[in-house]
Amino acid sequence: MMSQRSDFDSELLRIEHLTVSFATSGGRRLVAIDDIELTLSRGSILGLVGESGCGKSVTARSILQLVKPPGRIGAASRIWLDGRDLTRLSPDELRRVRGPIAGMIFQEPSTAINPMYTVGNQISETIRAHERVSGRVARTRALELMSLVRIPAPNRRYDDFPHQMSGGMRQRVMIAIAIACHPKLLIADEPTTALDVTIQAQILELLTNLRSQLGMAILIITHDLGIVAGMADRVAIMYAGRIVEQGRTEEVLQDPKHPYTQGLLKSVPVLGMDRGARLPSIPGTVPNLIDLPPGCRFAPRCASAFEKCRIEEPRLIQLSDRGAACWLCELPTRPGTAVLG
Amino acid sequence: MTSPVTNVPLLEARSVYKHFPVRRGLLQRVVAKVRAVDGVDLEILPLETFGLVGESGCGKSTLGRTLVRLLEPTSGEIRFQGEAITRLQGRETKRIRRDMQFIFQDSATSLNPRKTIGEIVAEGLLIHNIGTARERHSRALEIMNRVGLGPALADRYPQECSGGQRQRVGIARALVLEPKLVIADEPVSSLDVSIQSQVLNLLVDLRQRFGLTYLFIAHNLAVVTYIADRVAVMYLGKVVELATSEDLLLNPLHPYTVSLLSAIPDVMAARRRKRVILAGEIPSPMSPPSGCHFRTRCPIAQPICAEVEPTLVSGGRGHSVACHFPGTFSG
Repeated sequence: MMSQRSDFDSELLRIEHLTVSFATSGGRRLVAIDDIELTLSRGSILGLVGESGCGKSVTARSILQLVKPPGRIGAASRIWLDGRDLTRLSPDELRRVRGPIAGMIFQEPSTAINPMYTVGNQISETIRAHERVSGRVARTRALELMSLVRIPAPNRRYDDFPHQMSGGMRQRVMIAIAIACHPKLLIADEPTTALDVTIQAQILELLTNLRSQLGMAILIITHDLGIVAGMADRVAIMYAGRIVEQGRTEEVLQDPKHPYTQGLLKSVPVLGMDRGARLPSIPGTVPNLIDLPPGCRFAPRCASAFEKCRIEEPRLIQLSDRGAACWLCELPTRPGTAVLG
Repeated sequence: MTSPVTNVPLLEARSVYKHFPVRRGLLQRVVAKVRAVDGVDLEILPLETFGLVGESGCGKSTLGRTLVRLLEPTSGEIRFQGEAITRLQGRETKRIRRDMQFIFQDSATSLNPRKTIGEIVAEGLLIHNIGTARERHSRALEIMNRVGLGPALADRYPQECSGGQRQRVGIARALVLEPKLVIADEPVSSLDVSIQSQVLNLLVDLRQRFGLTYLFIAHNLAVVTYIADRVAVMYLGKVVELATSEDLLLNPLHPYTVSLLSAIPDVMAARRRKRVILAGEIPSPMSPPSGCHFRTRCPIAQPICAEVEPTLVSGGRGHSVACHFPGTFSG
């Protein structure tokens, strides 16, 4: 991590020791995210990848302090966004951060768009909630935003209600709302999962273009490594509440170090693969977060697991600017390896 | 019943249409029609896996349900093992249903939460009056074992199972009657990738072990071309291209297939050619465009495409395409 200190000026987001737990009906606490670290540079795209229940969406929500009870963010957690620790802000201060510093979009636009108001109204209200501008100025800005996210004929669609639009158009409206105050960070939680593949391609292209046009950083949460390959500069892989591997996208995808990443990459059917061959698959299922195995959380499903893996949990082992939480990566001969706690 | 000879289709559809009326007003007058399936011809051969691929609203699920008469076709002829099944009634329908079973996408809503897994799997046997209660139970355990579900699960309820287990229950339920044709509608799309590949492998194993024919319906072209021998690509109620999986991947002829292939996010994206990103959205099946249904989004549309509807024409080697300019768009 010393090497990243020099990039401190370009760093937009730093998550330190983030732990999120949920009280269960049995009186125990389920630890959904267990002490993770993440950084994101200004203007770059980071993909956070994992399967359902791995904690990726909770991570996204905890950045903007959107975790609701019974969920609780651990006391030692720090979320530095543009120089401020969001875990220390009051609800009022947080509200002021959410527009101009960070915006968020969700998988299901209906969770973020009010069905009772026209889409144009909702975009201009967002602008007026954060800036003192007249209704006319807000309307003009809203129309500009609608054309920026390529909603055809914004003048005509301004007075549409959300239900009059298709899923892809609603997703564009949500993006327009999220970027209305020119945030430095856009958090996109499975933004295209509910969309058809040709519409998904349009939305991903839009997000990539917005990054270059607005110089905005994007944290994209997805279960699809293909999406990450197409747009992210860096990728972090989550498994059962921990980050198990991270690094530059090409490096991680071409040379995955963690057996889980390797398994994920191999088990997705890709176009034109040998149809005679069986799909490699990861045996078993994701562990129950209340009843985690001792040692490495992936060990019960891992073909390369050995004695140590079942006793002691590996933490992210740093390999230059990438890391993997796997004992296999800890070669004793490698100079300069450091175990981060 | 004819004896199964290869190349005699197991299931045959001729000019199948399925239109849903849209009713409005006090008198519930029909004001429009949703043309979900708009004239489809296809043949599914014994022991093959036939893939049906397309985006939401293209009519692939409606077609799947119509082919096994879970929905009544508006018009057209469907033959199963050479027998016309479009007009079968009551007991006759029940007889052919034994040979055609369905696996649904959403195992959470397609399994009765008040029945145990054992009861759910054995239910088909009960409906068809096969065996005693004890025989049905042991048959259920046997088939559960085949799909990788332990006997302990037989007394559990669907809501106690994981998504992957529930999908296996859906598969066991479909196979307990030893059907000839299994229609699987998006069987893996609600599963995580690590579980998805387990279920795909299971479907391949079962096909060999039980001599099954699959109609595999999905939106993911990579999954469909992996599992299917032949694939039909649907757009707005029509089949626009039909080919073997290999031909479809190596030599796609319809501009829609080319765009669909290019739009799939791929971990090997860096090595791939430039992306084709289709403009616009899928038109409403209530008022499809004139001529070719795809022309409003087609990158190579010409005036003729708005006037004359292209028909599905075979270009040899079983590769058919419905386009006035097949093979001229390569992305």
